[in-house]
Amino acid sequence: MDNIGNENPQKKKEGGPDTDTIRLEIGSLSKNEEFARVVIAVFMSRMNPTLEEIDDVKTAVSEAVTNAVIHGYRKNPGIIYIEAAITGQELTIIIKDNGSGIGDLKKAMEPMYTSDKSGERSGMGFSFMEAFMDSLEVESQIGKGTTVRMKKRIGG
Amino acid sequence: MERGLFMSRSTFSYEAKGAVLVIHLPKELDHHNCLDLKYETDLLLAENYVSRIVFDFSNTEFMDSSGIGVLLNRYKQMTGSGGSVAIYGVGAQVHRILNVGGLARLMPCFETKEAALAV
Repeated sequence: MDNIGNENPQKKKEGGPDTDTIRLEIGSLSKNEEFARVVIAVFMSRMNPTLEEIDDVKTAVSEAVTNAVIHGYRKNPGIIYIEAAITGQELTIIIKDNGSGIGDLKKAMEPMYTSDKSGERSGMGFSFMEAFMDSLEVESQIGKGTTVRMKKRIGG
Repeated sequence: MERGLFMSRSTFSYEAKGAVLVIHLPKELDHHNCLDLKYETDLLLAENYVSRIVFDFSNTEFMDSSGIGVLLNRYKQMTGSGGSVAIYGVGAQVHRILNVGGLARLMPCFETKEAALAV
């Protein structure tokens, strides 16, 4: 189940002596959306980012964690795995859930598309992750969960 | 209104000025803090004649696409019945989100509450 937790930190792709890594496991609760983005903001502060860079990363983290709470675990209990790594000026963030997964990823990533019926969701989550980070990769499998991997260069 | 350092559930507060409903938004406008807004505004709109909603962002330091979702839905509600929506007190982060989310084109943005109410 827990791929992130089982991996050996020495053998990680982003690992090695020059990489600074944190891992966080949080319950799939809406109140943890703020907690997650604040933790990542504090972690990345050692990269000496601008306020705008911090806001961008906070927004992207908030979007990915909110997706895991609403769509991944569908408001049921679950664990969201968050990993952040700093290598030089590059920040990598991985947000993973073992929830329901996304059937049509291409459609889910279309701007303004939402599977939500309440009318309260904008459908802009993935668009915001793309807009505020340098790169975004999403892997998803029905019944297994979704992993979002984002990178951003901080300070030029 | 706000308790604790952070992670506490912030609430909205509402102020009626004639047919204008002013909604004071919390410090962090995310999915968690937006959960009550639909229910509360639907109730207020059902019980009162409201032709304009004015969102007060003066205390809001963070907003994500969940905030865009609730703003867009209120916008559709109001314009659908011939009403209007305006916002004021927007800071740097919210301004960026409004622009990327395409809402800056839909809703007039004012510096002060007085200006937003005067229209």
